[in-house]
Amino acid sequence: MAYYDRSSTGDTLARGLGWFSIGLGVAELMAGRTIARWMGMEDRTTLIRAYGVREITAGVGLLALGDPKPWIWSRIAGDAVDMATLAAGMAPGSKVNPRAGNARIAFGAVVAATALDVVCAQALHREEAYYRSLPVPDYSDRSGFPRPVSAMRGAASDAPIRDDMRTPIILQFQGAADAGFPSPRGERGIPP
Amino acid sequence: MRALVWHGANDIRCDTVPDPEIEHPRDAIVKVTTCAICGSDLHLHDHVMPGMEKGDIVGHEFMGEVVEVGSDAKSALKVGERVVVPFTIWCGECDQCKRGNYSVCERSNRNKALADKMFGHTTAGLFGYTHLTGGYAGGQAEYVRVPMADRTHIKIPSGLTDEQVLFLGDIFPTGWQAVAQCDIQPTDSVAIWGCGPVGQMTIRSAILLGAKQVIAIDRVPERLAMARAGGAITIDFEEESVVERLNELTGGKGPEKCIDAVGMEAHATATVDSMMDRAKQALMLESDRAHVLREMIYVCRPAGTLSIPGVYGGLIDKMPFGMAMNKGLTWRMGQTHVNRWTDDLLNRIQEGQIDPSFVITHTVPLDQGPEMYKTFRDKRDGCIKVVLKP
Repeated sequence: MAYYDRSSTGDTLARGLGWFSIGLGVAELMAGRTIARWMGMEDRTTLIRAYGVREITAGVGLLALGDPKPWIWSRIAGDAVDMATLAAGMAPGSKVNPRAGNARIAFGAVVAATALDVVCAQALHREEAYYRSLPVPDYSDRSGFPRPVSAMRGAASDAPIRDDMRTPIILQFQGAADAGFPSPRGERGIPP
Repeated sequence: MRALVWHGANDIRCDTVPDPEIEHPRDAIVKVTTCAICGSDLHLHDHVMPGMEKGDIVGHEFMGEVVEVGSDAKSALKVGERVVVPFTIWCGECDQCKRGNYSVCERSNRNKALADKMFGHTTAGLFGYTHLTGGYAGGQAEYVRVPMADRTHIKIPSGLTDEQVLFLGDIFPTGWQAVAQCDIQPTDSVAIWGCGPVGQMTIRSAILLGAKQVIAIDRVPERLAMARAGGAITIDFEEESVVERLNELTGGKGPEKCIDAVGMEAHATATVDSMMDRAKQALMLESDRAHVLREMIYVCRPAGTLSIPGVYGGLIDKMPFGMAMNKGLTWRMGQTHVNRWTDDLLNRIQEGQIDPSFVITHTVPLDQGPEMYKTFRDKRDGCIKVVLKP
């Protein structure tokens, strides 16, 4: 079982990153062209929009899908992809990017976000290790019965349960074997 | 007085609030001696259940001593008597109450118009459980006003501790009714999803009512251990396939009776449908996560019965209803008609046939309640059932 504490420092940071992911993702999706142009990478507009979808998915995962650890790691992987894309945009390659300075600013922001993601992942794993180190309480003697279970099975079969709670006889499994079905030829309706 | 008050999602506080007063001749005021946090209270804490308002007092599993009685309730209750209060408020006079269907009492919900609009027709008023069910102040408090108190009570004889009888107000009859409405036969295999407090009571009820085989499904080690103690064969759904294991245990035919003791916040994190549910719930595209219902429909033996004591609040998505229809499944569900069962169950406790206090893992003062909500929700510290002492 995955352990996580929804009121811990790591979880609070994860939720913050979740909202950040959603915000960034919406911006990338809605203003992909503007962002790409600002970084001098107009030819990567579609890619940036796709990254927006990835960010929104990670954000929903962090905020709503229980254990945040897999989603934080997905963010770290996404950061690596972002850095690779930005590095390619900044590289003195076949054509010079006149806005390489902006791409470098974006690269720096991704590095900062990655550092936060790594801190968050470490905190979450530390918390899980702590919970796993706690002793599991032993409830194996808590039957609630005064005698062994075998002696209690059916002890309340005389309970007053009225007909409205009962399954109609025609639907009972145990009745099916001896309820007279199939009906004798020519007989209609339910057998006595 | 001090009471646990809802302020919003993940925000329940122990506040000082005005003492309750008699508002109607059928009312009584009860000084709460012991109360509990119910699994369904977590739906309020997490704010996945609509209809809460800031300032609402929560709690619907409580008991105590009668300290004041309205003029029309005096024939049924006396000051000083010890009572467990059922979570369903019932009038005892409407058509439904006369049939024993107390949880759908037609007169106890004072917000009937709202419930009529939401549910088509009103259900009973409940303590501390949204304005859809009356907006009545709950029992996680020092005192509580009990409406229709001449009916809405279970008198407790001396000689029994609070812990032995407290759960007559909710989880014990809830587990009992879940099994009773399956109409258990001695040949039945009963699969129970969820080993929280209601699941634990359901397991014991299925054993007492004579099921051949009881199978319990969860993922929390200490809850599975408690389920085994009560006579269940357990399945850890994070370690093994529920469908394969249930088929293996039932000769490939599936269990005849399936019980959902989980409700709207299923935690099957490893399944695609569950992840979709969580995402849709976060985006308000559905209100309830129905993984357990889908799995029950899939594994249940054709012509079998699904029983649903787990609480659902609104809309579910991707329900394989064609599968259910073609398999001819019988569905039984609803809030518990508490007082229909409590005379019998109280006798069984008195006779020593069962002691429901086995499920209590934490007992703390009322002011630690807000922290215990989080401990219970996150299943920390081996927490299965929290009892509060005002």
